[in-house]
Amino acid sequence: MDRILLAHGSGGRLAQQLVEEVFIESLTNPLLASMEDSATVDFHGQLAFTTDSYVVTPLFFPGGNIGKLAVCGTVNDLAASGAKPLYLSLAMILEEGLELSVLKEVVDTIRLAAQEAGVSIVTGDTKVVERGACQGMFINTAGVGRVPEGIVSSASRARPGDRILLSGAIGEHGMAVLSKRQGLTFQTEIRSDCAPLGELVANLVSVCPGVRCLRDPTRGGVATVLNEIAQRSGVGVFLDEGHIPIPEAVAGACEIMGFDPLYVANEGKMIAVVPVEQADDALSAMRRSPYGEGAQDIGEVTEEMPGKVLLRTAFGSTRFLPTLDGELLPRIC
Amino acid sequence: MKYLTEFRNQELASGLLKQIARRKVSSARIMEFCGGHTVTIFRHGLRQLLPPSIELVSGPGCPVCVTSTYDLDVVLEMSKTPDIILATFGDLFRVPASHGSLREQKALGEDIRIVYSPLDALNVARDNPSRPVVFLGIGFETTAPAVALSVLTARREGIDNYSVYSMHKLSPPILETILSSGTLDLQGLICPGHVSTITGGKVWDPLARQYGIPSVVAGFEPLDILQAVDMICAQLEAGSPRSEIAYSRGVTWEGNLRAQEVMKEVFREADANWRGVGWVPGSGLAIREEFAPFDASRLFPVTPPPSREPPGCICGDILRGAKAPSDCGLFGTRCTPLDPVGPCMVSSEGSCSARYRYGGEVDG
Repeated sequence: MDRILLAHGSGGRLAQQLVEEVFIESLTNPLLASMEDSATVDFHGQLAFTTDSYVVTPLFFPGGNIGKLAVCGTVNDLAASGAKPLYLSLAMILEEGLELSVLKEVVDTIRLAAQEAGVSIVTGDTKVVERGACQGMFINTAGVGRVPEGIVSSASRARPGDRILLSGAIGEHGMAVLSKRQGLTFQTEIRSDCAPLGELVANLVSVCPGVRCLRDPTRGGVATVLNEIAQRSGVGVFLDEGHIPIPEAVAGACEIMGFDPLYVANEGKMIAVVPVEQADDALSAMRRSPYGEGAQDIGEVTEEMPGKVLLRTAFGSTRFLPTLDGELLPRIC
Repeated sequence: MKYLTEFRNQELASGLLKQIARRKVSSARIMEFCGGHTVTIFRHGLRQLLPPSIELVSGPGCPVCVTSTYDLDVVLEMSKTPDIILATFGDLFRVPASHGSLREQKALGEDIRIVYSPLDALNVARDNPSRPVVFLGIGFETTAPAVALSVLTARREGIDNYSVYSMHKLSPPILETILSSGTLDLQGLICPGHVSTITGGKVWDPLARQYGIPSVVAGFEPLDILQAVDMICAQLEAGSPRSEIAYSRGVTWEGNLRAQEVMKEVFREADANWRGVGWVPGSGLAIREEFAPFDASRLFPVTPPPSREPPGCICGDILRGAKAPSDCGLFGTRCTPLDPVGPCMVSSEGSCSARYRYGGEVDG
């Protein structure tokens, strides 16, 4: 049998076999292998707890797949609260008829991504839905982590004078998935930046305990995250377009399809708002970290223009960078 | 050549800006016809950089925006034909018609698909031989040749379930309508770059000379626009209005003759209904008699309920350059990209969308 059947989700023998052969075998750790209804762990300190669902199509894209995304996305949400990510749950909704080899490849990626992120998958669930009820598979992961003492990351904490740091080049995940979805090929393949940022954040908070806010700019991109910070903190945000790292291939693809890279999703980037006196140390710490080599100081928080984000263009003009609503549609001419 | 960096070079820009400021032009109101130019101007804050004597106003060059409510109503009605598949560019999908939008029709179960090219629509027809597939043809001279090619290909390959509902428009007649009305007091025209790759720079020359308005074809990078503005100012200085090309890497005087032929083979000039302007003689493209089997307006004649324009929406005035998005009481409140009232807020090339997206310019 090389495909998922409805019976794999029925709780019977086939289901048990699937769990043992695909999940336990690959993701092995004592907590998961105990196969209890809940994982129980020792915990002390401040707990960070988050969940996210992953429904990306296509399941595989340059630079990753839905499994890698399901680990990194949740790990990065924990990291954005300053936490060290510790444990994840993994719930999979599989489409009847899904090839087992595809499932195994995704689970294998989950194993590698979890290993790299330093988290254990300690509990899980599998359901099978009829063909057509989902596209291949949906994944939900929830995660918990420990927040170091004294660290408080919140979108409402930005203060005038703070610096805004960005951990690297933007737009790669969104454009990688979109190009693949539309069957577009470019001379330079754009690969998703999907990566776990736990270590980068740990390095950053260790030298920058005053960090005001961490955010991973996923859907809506850098512009959307900064608008949220500007509004919730009641401050202005001024960015320097020339300092924002945008890979040439992303800029080109965005130009062709009529997108603005500042609104395109990332899955391996972190924005940090930090007090100016800790900014240099924070930036160096980011640059020393895996996935932070390209970190840049991209702008500052101001008292003027509260609630707004402004962009000083490379051209010397200044314009607003509003929150974007509505889906991104490719242009037609 | 690296278009994205070289045509955004700041030193060259400041050189051009100084040159424009030195020109002996007391004041000039210049219309950029094309929505693509509007986006560039907003995105790079060009209005703010130009001397105060130069005023830029946006024109009607957004194909989605100028599509009449009546045509949208027809298309919506057509989507209810049993078994039909409508294939459309993404922007048109969300434009509100009198009663709903294609997006809402899709949610109600009609088969409406977003494609990136008429040739993709042809593939949909190949894959669904038992169902009629109608491509919604919108756009100016830029898109019309590719749509014509899809019809020629369908005929050659015997794809008889493919047809086109033509809402195509022509640029020179609408410009003439705007210029002849005399209400705008324009001193210059930035002519559309992509349209001109097909038509050539020559089509603007008669208008430029007749109405005494310097007309320059521009590319879509900020330096392209600044160069075009400078060339317009130079013509104003010299008092010699004519058509010129500032986009010579894409546009010739004669244009793309092969594309013009293909377009003429399939389409004939026809009167067209423009949002905000009404019927303009000879300003549209209809499918010729000999291609009737590929003409959706003949195959699926529908009578939509009476059209109604959204109350308070001034897209029509904005398209004629008579008003700006900021003059609209609905802008940014009742009308946003998420829940658009008028087409100028839907299309990525629409003035309202550009203004909303790039938030206008910061004073001072």
